[in-house]
Amino acid sequence: MRDYDIIVVGGGPAGLAAAIEAKKNGVDSILILEREIELGGILQQCIHHGFGLHVFNQELTGPEYAENFINETKELGIEYKTDTMVLDVTDDKTVVFVNAVDGYQTLKAKSVVLAMGCRENTRGAIGIPGSRPSGVLTAGAAQRLINIEGYMVGRQAVIMGTGDIGLIMARRLTLEGASVKAVMSRRTYPAGLMRNVVQCLYDYNIPMMLQHTVTKIHGKERVEGVTIVSLDENRKPIPGSEQYMECDTLLLSVGLIPENELSRKAGVTMDKNSNGPFVNESRETNVEGIFACGNVLHVHDVVDFVTEESRTAGRAAAAYVLDRAPASASTISVTPGKDINYIVPHTIDPEKVEEEIELMFRVSELFDDSRIVVKKDGETVKSKKKARMYPGEMEMIKIKSDILEGSQNSNLTVEVEEVPDKNE
Amino acid sequence: MSKNDVICVVCPVGCKISIAENKDAELGYDIEGNKCKKGINYAIEELTNPTRNIASTVCIEGAHLTRLPVKTSEPIPKGKIFECMNEINKIKLTAPVKMGDIIIENVRGTEVNILATRSLPDI
Amino acid sequence: MYDVLIIGAGVTGASIARELSRYDLKVCILDKNNDVADATTKANSAIIHAGYDAKPGTLKAKFNALGAPMFDQICKELDVPFKRIGSLVIAFSEEEMKTLESLYEQGIKNGIENIHILDKAKTMELEPNLIDSAQGALHAPDGGIICPFELTVALTENAVENGVDLFLNQQVIDIEKNEKEFKVITQKEKFTAKYVVNCAGVFADTIYHMVTPTDFHITPRKGQYFVLDKEAGNFANTVIFQCPTPQSKGVLVTPTVHGNLLVGPDAEDLNDKTDLDNTRERLNFVRENAKKTSENIPFHLTINIFAGLRAVPDTGDFIIGESEKVKGFINVAGIESPGLSSAPAIGNYVKDLLLDKWEGLKEKENFNPYRRKVVRFNELTPQEITDLVKKNPSYGRIVCRCELVTEGEIIDVIHRKAGATSLDAIKRRVRAGMGRCQGGFCGPRVMEILSRELNMEMHEVVKDSPESKILTGKTKCSEEEH
Repeated sequence: MRDYDIIVVGGGPAGLAAAIEAKKNGVDSILILEREIELGGILQQCIHHGFGLHVFNQELTGPEYAENFINETKELGIEYKTDTMVLDVTDDKTVVFVNAVDGYQTLKAKSVVLAMGCRENTRGAIGIPGSRPSGVLTAGAAQRLINIEGYMVGRQAVIMGTGDIGLIMARRLTLEGASVKAVMSRRTYPAGLMRNVVQCLYDYNIPMMLQHTVTKIHGKERVEGVTIVSLDENRKPIPGSEQYMECDTLLLSVGLIPENELSRKAGVTMDKNSNGPFVNESRETNVEGIFACGNVLHVHDVVDFVTEESRTAGRAAAAYVLDRAPASASTISVTPGKDINYIVPHTIDPEKVEEEIELMFRVSELFDDSRIVVKKDGETVKSKKKARMYPGEMEMIKIKSDILEGSQNSNLTVEVEEVPDKNE
Repeated sequence: MSKNDVICVVCPVGCKISIAENKDAELGYDIEGNKCKKGINYAIEELTNPTRNIASTVCIEGAHLTRLPVKTSEPIPKGKIFECMNEINKIKLTAPVKMGDIIIENVRGTEVNILATRSLPDI
Repeated sequence: MYDVLIIGAGVTGASIARELSRYDLKVCILDKNNDVADATTKANSAIIHAGYDAKPGTLKAKFNALGAPMFDQICKELDVPFKRIGSLVIAFSEEEMKTLESLYEQGIKNGIENIHILDKAKTMELEPNLIDSAQGALHAPDGGIICPFELTVALTENAVENGVDLFLNQQVIDIEKNEKEFKVITQKEKFTAKYVVNCAGVFADTIYHMVTPTDFHITPRKGQYFVLDKEAGNFANTVIFQCPTPQSKGVLVTPTVHGNLLVGPDAEDLNDKTDLDNTRERLNFVRENAKKTSENIPFHLTINIFAGLRAVPDTGDFIIGESEKVKGFINVAGIESPGLSSAPAIGNYVKDLLLDKWEGLKEKENFNPYRRKVVRFNELTPQEITDLVKKNPSYGRIVCRCELVTEGEIIDVIHRKAGATSLDAIKRRVRAGMGRCQGGFCGPRVMEILSRELNMEMHEVVKDSPESKILTGKTKCSEEEH
């Protein structure tokens, strides 16, 4: 088996966009490795609307978005293998995979793009007390079973987590004839988009119970019910507020975790805040020639931005392979300031920024009527008013290259500045 | 006179807009709570003719998958959602299917089609 | 009619069955659950104790001392993962160093020679993550870790291969006796046997009570655990015990044989023999008490929690022997810690006890002590993988990404004797679903494989018991259609 210039690990939206962009930028020898039986990644089970508003100027469903990219991949003649599991990636860009046809294979690449996506947080990890019956599923696993395999996961569900996946599945279950008794969150506001709250919960009269959590699962063999409890401002259970809710299914939408086992094996250093690799403006990790993009780098909410980011990575991988890119000097460090959970990228080489660079970040709380303030070495260089920001929606701010010019070893931070209430 | 509260979903702010019929008002409605103009149209639509896009799956044979994802080509009246789901659930397709194929034409008189959202070749 | 009927396919019952299968006897095992090893055996600390812990002169001490050294041989024959990583009992004060001395004396009395008292420096060298206040430790290099359910599956598989009959989903509800035989009645069938061996775990007293007013009582003692990601696997190098106090045996921190970190258990005596719930209070208790060993245990890497019940005898010791009141009824009850470590020795003992009942019973010539080797993809070399995939492509398809388990391995354990018929049974045999995503990725795929290999509808696939269906039916189907 031959070696490749670029090997892309993961054939979902991130991997496909990176591969296509690399090809368009002059690299022919590209191989995409995908563990599912077909390309498209998680989009194949995201049958709902909400994709492509920016990239295609249309509102598409997940499978349509995927098919556009799959078609382009095939049209450009980019090689790919499906039903293939990557076992190892090393810091010298060796990629090991296995599949039923080729067996165990070791390939060398000049550059690797990590695009493995993310996994869901589990009941076991968050430690919900009670019994361990069937009927407890993560929302994504339920989505796969319903949309791809064609099976119903239950008749009466309670959903924990008001992130978009939980909201989408509340609607999906209802449309397929199940009853969703409540969707609950420990927060004081829903984690997902308001649009989904309206179109998935309010439309179907599904109660949203904020400041609530499931505190016990009941049922020896199959879920029979859950005990839920109210929480105070410190997210502590209010004694005496326990309620029993009968149900046969508990879906969990309690967090997504970038899948970085291979990244670690390759010696890539991780940001504890984003749970993904440290990267520079080109999405290159600390290992030269290894790039990361999409949910493996940081969890996105909108696939269009995954595509944008992955194109950056693909372009940079191509430049790296074709030796067009001088090594990144990466002199500006980017760090999260007050009330910011994480920022990507973590470093910027101002020489690599043509017109502007987009910083992607998430805030730590709900903020109404506040400002995003970007500071360079303590001085404010940009500030933007934002009517509403919350952790469930990734934010972006563009920084023009002239702000970055001439900065050696500078530091950029982004922070939230709360605007005092006008009525005070 | 009908008065309603809607949450605008045009942008992430999610203004709570209250809208009430008022024949004497400029647009025929008293509208308040919106922070921008887009909320006005949205509120009126929601009150007079709320529509929604829906997506689901249909049974399919002869392909490597047993379910084909489908969507409404345009939003349908909110009140017809479950009627349309019933029609969708009756469908039994045979592969091959191409993305964009009309699976149900003019579903339940809405003038909206149900379309395939992916291609599935026959095996 | 059976010569011997064993009630309970946990590690004890399975050990006895395998020993008996060496002889020309008609033997069967009954278990009320849908799989072997589905009760206490699947939910414990998975430790092979060196043998200093039990009081000298007890059956616990005797069988631990005899059993612990037997594991190397058994695990080789049955291809079961087992490692002697050693164990440490940590003393956190001068007072506790004295306790270690008496544990040491006790160990010597029990015939355990390979134990040593270590000073603080040597202890910290062995376990750098230990809390600074550790004073020293009792070190038993022979202490080991094992997979108790894989062991039990292997014992049962081997027993069945050698002629033992296994009956699952058979809950004994009554036992009648006449001069010739026992009639063991389950909710489904009636079995007859000359001898009955009661290995019913927390229900051993309930079973005994079916033949005579029981003279022992079994209290279920619940213990809750945390399982941490393999990333935390080398947090500890040995099985780390806390020095026992008059109040408790302490919480342990140990690597598992598969590379995870296990923290627990607590001890909670119950009235309900079926209560396996995890509770916030007791999980917090485990966390707090584990801090005594180290303040840096990476609990943020928790991937699962579980609870298990120990069968605690009110006699304070194992109850092993033929009942004086009911001839032919052999109790093997109260097998709490060090039950797992004692299992091979108990198996031998009960076998010998029964063999005495027959004249001239010889070992079968065709007894095969070896289990057909298990393919473990994650232990194969690249060449072995390629050769294997050429012969059987399903070994090239990884189903469980977290634990690197292939379709071929899953198919194999479905079709072995005492094979897997549920999601949890697969998990217990090949670990698919035991990883950090807890079956989120592989779950639907494993269900597909079970459904195909066992010729059942996907919505019939169960998690563990027959009532634990995962799906309710196909989408777009009216109730009548399936």
